[in-house]
Amino acid sequence: MAASPTTAIPASVVDAGRRAGSDARADGAFRWFVAAAAFIVLCALAGTAFSMLWGGREAFATFGPGFLTSTDWDPVNHKFGALVPIYGTLVTAAIAMLIAVPVSFGIALFLTEVAPNWLRGPVSAAIELLAGIPSIIYGMWGLFVFVPIMGEYVVPWLNDHLGPLPLIGSLFSGPPLGIGMLTAGIVLAIMVIPFISSVMREVFLTVPTRLKESAYALGSTTWEVVWDIVLPYTRSGVIGGIFLGLGRALGETMAVTFVLGNTHRLAASLLEPGNSIAATIANEFAEADSDLYRSSLIAIGFVLFIVTFIVLAAAKLMLRRLSRQEGAK
Amino acid sequence: MTTSSDTGSRAVADRLYRKRRLINGFNLLASGACAVFGLFWLVWILWTTLRHGIAAIKPSLFTQMTPPPGAEGGLANALFGSLLMNLMAILIGTVIGIAAGTYLSEFARKKPLGEVIRFVNDILLSAPSIVLGLFIYTLVVRQMGHFSALAGALALSLIVLPVVVRTTDEMLQLVPSQMREAALSLGVPQWKVTVQVLYRSALPGIVTGVLLALARISGETAPLLFTALNNQYWSTDVTQPMASVPVVMFQYAMSPYESWQSLAWAGAFVVTVFVLLLSVLSRTILIRNKVSHD
Repeated sequence: MAASPTTAIPASVVDAGRRAGSDARADGAFRWFVAAAAFIVLCALAGTAFSMLWGGREAFATFGPGFLTSTDWDPVNHKFGALVPIYGTLVTAAIAMLIAVPVSFGIALFLTEVAPNWLRGPVSAAIELLAGIPSIIYGMWGLFVFVPIMGEYVVPWLNDHLGPLPLIGSLFSGPPLGIGMLTAGIVLAIMVIPFISSVMREVFLTVPTRLKESAYALGSTTWEVVWDIVLPYTRSGVIGGIFLGLGRALGETMAVTFVLGNTHRLAASLLEPGNSIAATIANEFAEADSDLYRSSLIAIGFVLFIVTFIVLAAAKLMLRRLSRQEGAK
Repeated sequence: MTTSSDTGSRAVADRLYRKRRLINGFNLLASGACAVFGLFWLVWILWTTLRHGIAAIKPSLFTQMTPPPGAEGGLANALFGSLLMNLMAILIGTVIGIAAGTYLSEFARKKPLGEVIRFVNDILLSAPSIVLGLFIYTLVVRQMGHFSALAGALALSLIVLPVVVRTTDEMLQLVPSQMREAALSLGVPQWKVTVQVLYRSALPGIVTGVLLALARISGETAPLLFTALNNQYWSTDVTQPMASVPVVMFQYAMSPYESWQSLAWAGAFVVTVFVLLLSVLSRTILIRNKVSHD
């Protein structure tokens, strides 16, 4: 508030001095408060890592490094190994990426180079809506709608046509259950497509028009411009987007839990039910009845955390490299 | 050059050109097919949710408790639980998130510490939610000795936090520095400049961030499974286990009972409609704000 004109001058000077002091104190307190809040962000991640290492210590101490390579999962006899969930996590994420990466690239290409302007806004908004749907909805849709279709049509077809092939045949022969790693991978792919395609679309838009127009002026087709100009220019951003999607696919819980089958058995076939780290924790944690059981579940959670941390950190570094290259210009 | 070699090389060039055109046309067509492929799943999933959900919507959904196996009932306790826990999570996450975002934008914009916190925040933003649930389990549930709605809200607030931190940071950085300088040159203390000038200018962006965070947690299931657990009865005690719509959906959808499955679809419908409304709302706020700035 401004000092009123009727106030005597000395009084207002004293008042201003006092106020400057209280303002400085308030500023200091404010600064401390926001710095403490920022510190909480750091603590949240560090605490997550540490609490899981602590929670999993019993499992790591009991089973040693063999925990990671053992396929045992026997709550009755207190024998636990992480190989089956780790394998399931990696395989479903790999299937998801095999499908999602080319499709996302296609969508990003369509939205930046091919589609007429009036179509770009609505289509990208719709794809982003797909990203907003909660993962449990994907899971329920997968279980009630997609699994029956897989079991009735897709799996028998794969059995008949790909099953007899050498080498890859064993991947595609199995009972027509519908649930299994292939189904989980496909549902995961549908989930991560919007994430990857929106990152790709954004980085494609950073390519200078001058570069593209130069290539067009030399007689390149749209595809040649995208493949030889846009993609090399945005390489690190594209890889960053793919890694971001991979991080999601590895850690996704609900969509996978519904369609994976929750079976602790190592199966060669993609059509057999399996398990993933996140699905195992979601299914069994609340019912885990012994300390060692719970500790083993936290330990595989720690493995998941480390893997996703590495993947996400790589994604961030790649994306940052692209934006730095942008800023340097 | 003779005429024959001229026509020969032109034929080669023609063939090459046609081949390039063909590859181009095919790949562009494939990109259109990819877009259709993406939209196809969206329409299919939304249609399934709508079809099953509308059939299961009844007034009793909002008045009756979750039933025992095989019986009819509603989702009243789960809806209340979700509402309460989401509200608490948004409250905790927004207060800490806005403060942390302020620190990043106003006190650590180009500093190494700020970069580290931004990096950690981005990791937290995409970290698997089930892992955050395990953290709160060890931190809160283990110490209290039992599951509680408070632990569930804390787990959800860990998902809200990075979203709010990031949008606050970005939105405050967009505020022109002339505004800060003008206010500071009038002798206004910095905290007042931040609260009364910067926040006001960045408000639409921050609100959008909070709405997006709310959309994200309203369907979140994994971190609630072993923090808030579930509760068959009406409960308003935050130190006790509490039902939530996603967890009830998970339990009921996996069950063999028709009535439970139909309740799960009703829950799916309510959650999806809520999330889509939030996403449309946040988009309109952003667009309107952009228009008024231009």
